[in-house]
Amino acid sequence: MDAALIPLLPLLVVGGTALLVIVLDLLPPRDRKGHLGVVALAGVVMALLVSLGLWGREGRAFRGMVVLDNFALFLDVVICYAAALVLLLSTDYLRRNDGERGEYYILVLLSTLGMVLMAAAADLIVIFLALELMSLSLYVLAGFFRGRLAAAEASMKYFLLGAFATGFFIYGIALIYGATGSTALDRIAAATRAGTRDPLLLVGLGLLLVGFGFKISSVPFHMWVPDVYEGAPTSVTAFIATGSKAAGFAALLRVLLSTFKVSQPDWTVLLWVVAVLTMTVGNVVAIAQSNLKRMLAYSSVAHVGYMLIGVVAGGALGAGSVLFYLLVYTFTTAGAFGVILLLERGRREAVDLDDYAGLAGRHPVLALTLALFLLSLIGMPPTAGFAGKFYLFGAAVRSGYIWLAVIAVLNSAVAAYYYLRVVVYMYMRDTEGLPTGPAPSFAGRLALAIALWGIFQLGLLPAPVLDLAQAAVAPLLR
Amino acid sequence: MNLVVFFVVAVVAVASALALVLRRNPIHGALFLVVNLGCVAVLYLLLSAEFLALAQVIIYAGAIMVLFVFAIMVLIPGKEETGPDPLRPQRLLALPLGAVLLLEIALILKSSVFQAAQPVAPPPALPAGAGGIETVGRLLLRDYLFPFEVTSVLLLAALVGVLALAKRKAG
Amino acid sequence: MMRDVLAAFVLLNVVVLIVTYLTYVERKFAARMQSRIGPYRVGRPHGWLQPIADAIKLLIKEDIVPALADRPVYNLAPIVFLLPSLLIFATIPFAPGLGLADLNIGILFFLAVSSLEIVGLFMGGWGSNNKYALLSAMRAVNQIISYEVPFVVTALIPVLLAGSLKLSTIVQAQEGLWFVAYPVIGQLAFVAFIVATIASENRVPFDILEAESELVAGFRVEYSGMKFALIQLAEYTHMFGVSCLGALLFLGGWLGPGLPGWAWFLLKALFIFLLVTWVRWSFVRIRVDQILGLSWKVLLPATLVLLMATGFWVALGGGHVA
Repeated sequence: MDAALIPLLPLLVVGGTALLVIVLDLLPPRDRKGHLGVVALAGVVMALLVSLGLWGREGRAFRGMVVLDNFALFLDVVICYAAALVLLLSTDYLRRNDGERGEYYILVLLSTLGMVLMAAAADLIVIFLALELMSLSLYVLAGFFRGRLAAAEASMKYFLLGAFATGFFIYGIALIYGATGSTALDRIAAATRAGTRDPLLLVGLGLLLVGFGFKISSVPFHMWVPDVYEGAPTSVTAFIATGSKAAGFAALLRVLLSTFKVSQPDWTVLLWVVAVLTMTVGNVVAIAQSNLKRMLAYSSVAHVGYMLIGVVAGGALGAGSVLFYLLVYTFTTAGAFGVILLLERGRREAVDLDDYAGLAGRHPVLALTLALFLLSLIGMPPTAGFAGKFYLFGAAVRSGYIWLAVIAVLNSAVAAYYYLRVVVYMYMRDTEGLPTGPAPSFAGRLALAIALWGIFQLGLLPAPVLDLAQAAVAPLLR
Repeated sequence: MNLVVFFVVAVVAVASALALVLRRNPIHGALFLVVNLGCVAVLYLLLSAEFLALAQVIIYAGAIMVLFVFAIMVLIPGKEETGPDPLRPQRLLALPLGAVLLLEIALILKSSVFQAAQPVAPPPALPAGAGGIETVGRLLLRDYLFPFEVTSVLLLAALVGVLALAKRKAG
Repeated sequence: MMRDVLAAFVLLNVVVLIVTYLTYVERKFAARMQSRIGPYRVGRPHGWLQPIADAIKLLIKEDIVPALADRPVYNLAPIVFLLPSLLIFATIPFAPGLGLADLNIGILFFLAVSSLEIVGLFMGGWGSNNKYALLSAMRAVNQIISYEVPFVVTALIPVLLAGSLKLSTIVQAQEGLWFVAYPVIGQLAFVAFIVATIASENRVPFDILEAESELVAGFRVEYSGMKFALIQLAEYTHMFGVSCLGALLFLGGWLGPGLPGWAWFLLKALFIFLLVTWVRWSFVRIRVDQILGLSWKVLLPATLVLLMATGFWVALGGGHVA
């Protein structure tokens, strides 16, 4: 293989699989598409292995527009885990919902491709295109169950607001190009001298942050989250919550830490406020939700707030703990949505709190699994959520943002209320004659097992992975 | 000469953009959009970006037509079924708040923070024939080959997405 | 400056005159195909004054505006329809050095400007406030958007062979061998070009937007008098413009022995015009879905493959890339 293409290897694996699935989709059997899921999963796993195998290598391709570094590889791993979990959960779910079509797997792969590209992009134009590739596929996936009003609303809302946010993003790129004469991240960094505060540049950066803020769903750009998370197919919701967030943080971290290093005092202030708002709004509104999908949607907003703390703290520890938390969050959230998805009965999703009353009696294993994921979301030891929060808040304290850490801890206490409420429902309410759903498929059980393994592995032995995460952000901080 | 053309075109562009926003009839709005995009194409020509100007015309002529069709099929001009605006009170707030924001931006830009600010980099000088088709082609297929290819993947995703949403059920 | 304006004025009048007589040519040609005589009474011999008489008749007819029409849109439509058709002649070289502006992206200019025609058509269909007109306009959008793509792709094949977007360079590259005579590529591209031309000019068998048996006269059903004349003029002007393009791209433009360059050029353009007319009077109209299916399922893939083949051919050393 041409050595120049090695930086593209993860991309090529995912993209190649997508093309393969398109071709396979045309071949018989026409009525069953489960095998496409297997092929897609194989491609994603392969990309995962390739990323692990490339660890430590550095390189650039296409005039520095795509870079290969540990940062990109770490996020590739996060994204591939997210995609793999989603694919494992999907096949059976689609069949039960009469939505088994080959396009689903193609779009999941293409949006994975966009995410992987976002992690590796080193040019604003490429970041923009990757963002669009990811989003466009997700817009369609959100409305994949045709004929359902909620799905149509989710898709439309996601698309319209997403397109609006993209407008901000590209406007920001234009202004930054106007100020620096380049869209390449390293050349922008070279053009911004320490101490200069070109309004054009700062406004451009602000607009970029609006675009990113939408993708990672930080307040005040979180309005779309509950409706989209609720209306989209649950497997897609899990993907939006994990993969697209990881990709958004990837590009955000690369742009802020490596390119706009000199403007750090400026964006830190801004992100401090956004972080506080995001976690507070997310947690407070989540209390009022009785729909589990909406509750998890607001909880995901709150978690973005926690992760922004790491961005504010900066440095190897701060940024490293963001990456670590992304991995933790991927396992936990994909797992939690996975349980919801497996509990669904017939065409009705089990999303109301009442559906979970006495779940421990009907589905003891699933109830225990969901409880563990919720505990991880709260941040209880020995789950991974604890380790992740510990590192994030520790980084904030270490960098002198004591107040930020205090607010975050208070927020976590608030969050415990609504997570534990679900646990209470499951274990301390009577089974009110609700029928038990079908037994989860093997793939679904496998997905939950992987997610559980993830939260305990990262919860009990966090240090090695944190070291890797810190090594991953090192190239950005040089 | 160029300056005169610029001002005339710029005024028409701004006026048509305003009309586009203010007219209630969606078809008229779309027609003003045609005028606006045409003006922008002329502005590109003034910057001697010929290829960009023509590409703009080719692409938007098609895009506008699709917009027309959508306007007719979705909005049913003349029979808008929009009731009274439920957010009417917000309009009263919008103007003063907008004014405050504008004032703030002006104040910040005038403040000491930006007093000593210089442009981070001098604007790059354009080589001769920068807007010509040869330069554009070279940039697109050599320097920016990768984004160009990613765009095709993006279009592929759009194609698959349209199929997923619009295809009738088999059988 | 003054010279340019004068040249443009002369060119416009010449073009309009030629186009006016094209209607006469078409009528005579159609009549011959149907064993009729065609216009004969006005002017001797052979009724050669007929187009002039038609123009005068239309000029003095009453101008009717439907009561419920969208007046500004209705009134502007014929002008917006005609303008692009006339503008495309700005870049056409009739003979070496004989033409207004031989842009180095001439063909792009042609495609861009001629694609604007649809805006005027749509305005007419919408502004008339007539369901036939509106249906016709909607069909036109379907059809023109569908055929724009294969049209552009076929037009790119001579561009690839000549290695230039400048129309005069494309003609010069055909010295010795017209592109239509190029083995395989040339003939296929020419056929595709003719099909795409007929479709984008909305002529039979692709005239679903006129379809007099179902839509009366399509988007122009409410127009009368001078506005009707302008619309007719625009259609024929556009047709003539595309014929000129075909002559330039495939038939070697002004190249040819004996006659002066511009005469050769006009003869070739006339040839393409008559080819299209011949098709028009020989076939029946096909359905909307067949038209769209033909574009997306047959013509577009075929022309794309052809373009790719041409690309390989040029990359392997064929073509005229300097």
